[in-house]
Amino acid sequence: MYKLWASVKKEGLLLLRDAGALIILFVMPLALIITVTLIQQGSFKALSNAKIPVLLIDNDHGNVSGGIRENLENSGSFEIVSEKEGQPLTEKQARDEVFKGRYPMAVIVPENLSADLNQKVKVNVDKILKDVGLGEDSLAAFREVETKEIRLYFDPATQLAFKSAVKNNIDKMVSELEVQSVYALFQEQLSDSVAILSQKSFLHFREIMPVDGSREVIPNATQHNVPAWTLFAIFFIVIPLSINLVKEKGQGTLVRLRTLPMPYSVVIMGKTLTFLVICMIQFYLMVAVGVFLFPFLGLEPMQVGGKLILMSLVALCSGFAAIGFGILLGTVSQTQEQSAPFGATSVVILAAIGGVWVPVFAMPAFMQFVSGLSPMNWGLNAFYDVILRNSDLGTILPRLVLLLVFFVIMVGISILYDEKKRAV
Amino acid sequence: MSVITENRPEAIIRIHSLTKKYREAEDYSVNELTLTIPRGEIFGLLGPNGAGKTTLISMLCGLIRPTSGDFTINGWSYRSEGEKIRKNMGVVPQEYALYPSLTAKENLLYFGSMYGMRGRALELKVQEYLEHLGLLKYADKKIETYSGGMKRRVNLIAGILHSPMVLFLDEPTVGVDIQSKNVIIDFLKAYNRQGATLIYTSHHLIEAQEFCTRVAILDHGQVLTEGTPQELIQGVNQARSLEDVFLFMVGKELRDYV
Repeated sequence: MYKLWASVKKEGLLLLRDAGALIILFVMPLALIITVTLIQQGSFKALSNAKIPVLLIDNDHGNVSGGIRENLENSGSFEIVSEKEGQPLTEKQARDEVFKGRYPMAVIVPENLSADLNQKVKVNVDKILKDVGLGEDSLAAFREVETKEIRLYFDPATQLAFKSAVKNNIDKMVSELEVQSVYALFQEQLSDSVAILSQKSFLHFREIMPVDGSREVIPNATQHNVPAWTLFAIFFIVIPLSINLVKEKGQGTLVRLRTLPMPYSVVIMGKTLTFLVICMIQFYLMVAVGVFLFPFLGLEPMQVGGKLILMSLVALCSGFAAIGFGILLGTVSQTQEQSAPFGATSVVILAAIGGVWVPVFAMPAFMQFVSGLSPMNWGLNAFYDVILRNSDLGTILPRLVLLLVFFVIMVGISILYDEKKRAV
Repeated sequence: MSVITENRPEAIIRIHSLTKKYREAEDYSVNELTLTIPRGEIFGLLGPNGAGKTTLISMLCGLIRPTSGDFTINGWSYRSEGEKIRKNMGVVPQEYALYPSLTAKENLLYFGSMYGMRGRALELKVQEYLEHLGLLKYADKKIETYSGGMKRRVNLIAGILHSPMVLFLDEPTVGVDIQSKNVIIDFLKAYNRQGATLIYTSHHLIEAQEFCTRVAILDHGQVLTEGTPQELIQGVNQARSLEDVFLFMVGKELRDYV
């Protein structure tokens, strides 16, 4: 026990005197979490406060283009731009502006859209009324109406998710306008003075949140970001830990350690305990930033409410998993040039497949399977179980066990590898 | 200084048919080597590059496993009593084997505690050795600020803090100034006088001739000759130094190897 304590003390001193490692371990994760949450919050605000500039070229000047303009403005997500230097924009100018990346998108409403839509609707309505014996035989008086298209231009650098969301919204908007026209025409034909057709939507949706006691658990960017990036930071411990082990080889201390009258596992446990303390400090710092600093930055505060113990347990087990990986990497690497880039890249890959950036359900089937093998996915889901799904210890226990088993396997492989190297 | 000694056989190290062949190597690094090292000697293992010195010492220290053969240290078999061997041996590697960002005192307290020493006794021991080797006033300075000679001396202390009965020294004076070298050699001789056995490797044959009480010259993983430096010199016609004996035994051709 005394030897273990001496090892922990030594590792602590080594870390305290390594400014680079301290920056990686504490400053970078805090900078990361603040930056990412500010950006995500900023993006959300941009979408919800009509901050995205959109070029709207109105060649229609009718009720449909007016409706599109009104809907875009009222959505609260867009700022409509139709002129440049006091002159109305043309489609060509709009296309150039967008393709050069000056605007994220442009909407081109074609000529006579309103008139043609009204005419098309009128033809259909008259046909229906005639079929039920309420209309006159006047179809021959109408000309054939061609299909119209609303053209959308997107900056090629625009993300697919954004494009998809905008296209869906505009599609929905046009459909609603079309339906409204149909309703209006029926009403006009059937009754001149009384509104007999309700144009209110019949179907609505309401999102039902998980309940914590009597309070709904409403997720926000902070609730997602703090656990995700905390996990990311915890796993970044792989880099200083593997470098620590590689340095032991390079400076010859490993030779001395192996000749000492104690099992090599004491050395490993000394490193594990020290870096576990670091992991927990990282975790509490990140949570503290989420709870206390975020409100000052205009961000949603982290809601911890009575879940800190379970969250700590998840952080602890995730720390074990990260340390296991770091020990393995440090054991098999011969130089810092091997361990540092590999460590950084592998953590980013583990984060990517673990669902830190892209939700697992949005991944292709094969990647969803791979995601299930990532310890970061186990940790992230355990955090989400606790924070967002209001789960108890029994629910997260399998994930915690997986993280601990991962640690044991990693350390086991490291010791076997080390033994094998000595038997060469 | 005091050394843990026990009333055990006169030969402290017995090596029998010890063999090591690395997996990717074509030749044996140590080939059926048999050697007995008497207690209380300063025993020099000499040989050209690739002779098998480092491999032999690495096996004796437990760093690598022999392919075949056996050895005992103080009667303890490496196979079944490795823990006893490690408790009673010290290692002074050729690398400094110290933590550069820790002070000399922190390094020594750590390595001492790994040998089971603790508390006031450990601190006094560290202080005694640092003073003995002229480093006490720099005890609280980081190793990274030390000169090569100072690092060598701290490296030496880290290997003998627990007063081992067998001390392995891999080129303990390489790259140091003459003053540090003298301090180290005098210190080791004094330590040997306490009853410890020193196993020493070096390419510095003049130093070995002066320092060692017995010497074995190795080549191709086998012992070519063994005895006191004087015995070896007398045994070779016209030899006047250990260097003459060495060149006679292993030849003058270059021994580059990878």
